[in-house]
Amino acid sequence: MANSAPDLRRELLDAIGVADPEQLFEQIPADHRLRGALTLPPALRSEVELERHLRTLLARNGSAESHLSFLGRGVWPHHVPAICDELAQRTEFVTSEWGTPASDHGRNQAWFEFASQLGELLELDFVGLPVYSWGCALGHAVRMAARITGRRRVLVPADLDPERRAVLRTYCEPPETRSHLTIELVAVDAETGGLDLADLERRLGDDVAAVYFETPTSLGAIEGRAAEIAALARGRGAETIAGVDPLSLGVLAPPSSYGADIAVGSTQPLGIHMNCGGGTGGFIATRDEERYARQYPTLQVSIAPTRVPGEHGFAMALFEQSSYGRREEGNDWTGNSVYLWAVVNAAYMALLGPQGFRDLGELILQRCHYAARRLGALDGVRIRYPHAFKELVVDFSGSGRTVAAINAALLERGIFGGSDLSTDHPELGQSALYCVTEVHAQEDIDRLADALQEVLAR
Amino acid sequence: MTRDLPRYHAAVWDEPVVLELGRPGRRGFLAPEPEPDVRADVDALLPPGVRREAPPALPELSEFEVQRHYLHLAQMTLGMMGINLFGTCTMKYNPRVNERVTARPELAEVHPGQPEETLQGVLEVVHRFERILRELSGMERFVFQPGGGADAAYTHACITRAYHASRGELERRTEVITTIQTHPCSAATAAAAGFDVITLPLGPDGYPTLESLKAAVSDRTAALMVGNPDDMGIYNPEIKQWVEAVHEAGGLCFYDHANFNGVMTRIRARELGFDACMYMLHKTFAGPKGGGGPAVGAYGCAEHLVPFLPRPLVEERDGRYGLDHDGPQSIGRVREYWGNVPVVVKAYSWVRALGAEGLRQAADLSVIANNYMETRLLEIPGVTKSHPQIAAHRLEMTRYSLEQVTEETGIDVHDIQNRMVDYGVDAPWLAHEPWLIPQPITPEPGELWSKEDIDTWIDVLAAVVQEAHDDPERVRTAPHNQAIHQVDASGVDDPDQWATTWRAHLRKRAAA
Repeated sequence: MANSAPDLRRELLDAIGVADPEQLFEQIPADHRLRGALTLPPALRSEVELERHLRTLLARNGSAESHLSFLGRGVWPHHVPAICDELAQRTEFVTSEWGTPASDHGRNQAWFEFASQLGELLELDFVGLPVYSWGCALGHAVRMAARITGRRRVLVPADLDPERRAVLRTYCEPPETRSHLTIELVAVDAETGGLDLADLERRLGDDVAAVYFETPTSLGAIEGRAAEIAALARGRGAETIAGVDPLSLGVLAPPSSYGADIAVGSTQPLGIHMNCGGGTGGFIATRDEERYARQYPTLQVSIAPTRVPGEHGFAMALFEQSSYGRREEGNDWTGNSVYLWAVVNAAYMALLGPQGFRDLGELILQRCHYAARRLGALDGVRIRYPHAFKELVVDFSGSGRTVAAINAALLERGIFGGSDLSTDHPELGQSALYCVTEVHAQEDIDRLADALQEVLAR
Repeated sequence: MTRDLPRYHAAVWDEPVVLELGRPGRRGFLAPEPEPDVRADVDALLPPGVRREAPPALPELSEFEVQRHYLHLAQMTLGMMGINLFGTCTMKYNPRVNERVTARPELAEVHPGQPEETLQGVLEVVHRFERILRELSGMERFVFQPGGGADAAYTHACITRAYHASRGELERRTEVITTIQTHPCSAATAAAAGFDVITLPLGPDGYPTLESLKAAVSDRTAALMVGNPDDMGIYNPEIKQWVEAVHEAGGLCFYDHANFNGVMTRIRARELGFDACMYMLHKTFAGPKGGGGPAVGAYGCAEHLVPFLPRPLVEERDGRYGLDHDGPQSIGRVREYWGNVPVVVKAYSWVRALGAEGLRQAADLSVIANNYMETRLLEIPGVTKSHPQIAAHRLEMTRYSLEQVTEETGIDVHDIQNRMVDYGVDAPWLAHEPWLIPQPITPEPGELWSKEDIDTWIDVLAAVVQEAHDDPERVRTAPHNQAIHQVDASGVDDPDQWATTWRAHLRKRAAA
């Protein structure tokens, strides 16, 4: 603290004309003051001691580097290109605050490039700056749909990830509030893992604000009937919200192509480390129509001209409809989000380019398929859905073992087994969700299969 | 003016939008080739009709070109490379050691769903930091799931719902009370959680009167959501009576501690009677801003609200740490998993570096620096202070008005912002909506900025105010030394002109 130098501190106090800094706190009444002493751990004043302390603590963690990890389910292990790390550490980006359009121009352009490249992947023209997470993006999207349609019922897949569903439930408010939205679960086809269209049709009505579905689904299944879902929703005047993994969009059709009105998803796969869940981020995108644009709760940057012909700059578009502009009259609310990650996401998308997204998507499909073949060949193991991207439901019910017991045995072998689905999805029996990405080489999948064979044979 | 102003010019790279760069076939990333046993016919792995037909129109660049492009953009971002007294945001030094530690794989490559025995380090940090915040606030428990200050306010609004619902009173308790100087996020999140919002205006002493609060409180009151001190540096000395009045009516009281820096170590939210409070770890606790996150609004509450907290909570038993997911009355989640954990580690690191004495010193220095600034700022002709009749010293920031300058020259605060950045310093924050003080600026020095920095920044402001008189056109057309010239934002709310993506821009430009 630069002004803690004793003489300088004195100089500042003299300039103010007080002898004791305590005088500066005269606004705080005596009976508001802290009772008793403050007991905090002793200071580690040197960087040497501090870093040693932090490193010692964190060294007790395992990680996807120390272990072979197949955990996904909302936070996924992906390769982070070195350039993404460089930018995530770049002090100008790390420490920037609002700034002016000119003085923080570079950061604003990176934000615009985040939205622009995501827009190309999604083939949607209007993209907001990111929100906290996929679940939060879904919550906002559903509320947008409710404002657009004036309806209060939303249909979501019965196998929606429980974390996302819990966030959505929060955003939809409890039944006692006037603005409550009712969440209704649509059955999932047990064979394909996609939505059960007959059940969807039964539940659709003129009071449905939105139909939400995912591809790949929360359990990794590729939805084969997206266009039919969107058509059914549109037929009843409901908005279609699609949840997509941006990394799948080199091989899977973009949401606009099957008629989705609003697309949401996670930004973490786009070059962000898992960070123990601190890498999450969510996006919201739509067609560039006022019907949607005027309902965004987010901030968004628009490209704009400057005083010099031919020069481009950026400015906040539709700021007045945010909570900054209109307080409680604004759309939901906004605030700090995960904007540093948006800069990294932009660089990630630029690195991959069209061919990179295609190659990566195809690789993940093939690796997933290989894992399904290897694991599905084990006694008592069944792979649930025929078409999977990045995540596989591995059903161990036939083995007579619990996922918990299997995962404990895998952990002894240095492997984090798939996320246990038995509590949240009892209909799947003793199943686990295995995440397989570009970081899992064939030898990793073989190691897993061999370990499982050994564990299941015991 | 005896001191020289900084000679400065921003980097100008004329950097095209990334989608304009590159050549077909150029690559910046190569995926591994599938191993022979892994290789399969991709079309056979997909249900019919789901394959993407046309590739996305992304740029095709080499790795170096991507790196250079984004480094150019970094260089055209002032960030905190100059002097940034951005009020309400408590600009602090963000120690590099924290970036280095949190980038280690023992955190960066950790999955929150790992077995607990492999999460002991990070759980211990979270637990230790929670104990620190409990000590600073007097609250019983903290959660770090909210992704920013506004999300913590939303968390409170949701907990308010659950608390009253558990007592069968939610249908009746439909109102949240806030004040006009409390951050807009309190009003907005209360409304998004389903409440009607009552906003109290300021009274003669710079804060709303106790009478106005009492008139607003009723059996419909669900909660009070309030900041103190406010963004003008004014502390409400009647806040305990406020809390009592709301409690008597059965409402909850939430303390938005966005402006904790000046009162840090001097007051505890719980001792003032509040049921819950929020700290911004990316501001007060030295986590970096990141241009707007990843952030953490650490939400803490007293014992009677613990059952409603989002889960999971971190628990310690006999030196082992675990996650408690069990909360039948919990509001569930406001966000997936347990929060921006690296930011929690950075905040923990900062408190450990300072200790209790260091925190006190930081609070003192931030208030000393603010009052020093005031002595110099009020020497600039045309700069006035909000509520000048209040003689007491302001806390860590003060709001000023440049109305007189605007009246005399036609130059407004936006013009002044644009001109100040020509000197390599960041422009001041103005004010949140609504503007109660005309032509506001809200500088806040915190404990970071040295006297020399503060002097330089004030010299720049003084020079720009002088220039507003001498050469207003120069100010009105600013900036002149920046990465780009003044942005014309007149079209960004027009559907025919706004473009949040390049594809929208191309389409609208072609149609124009």
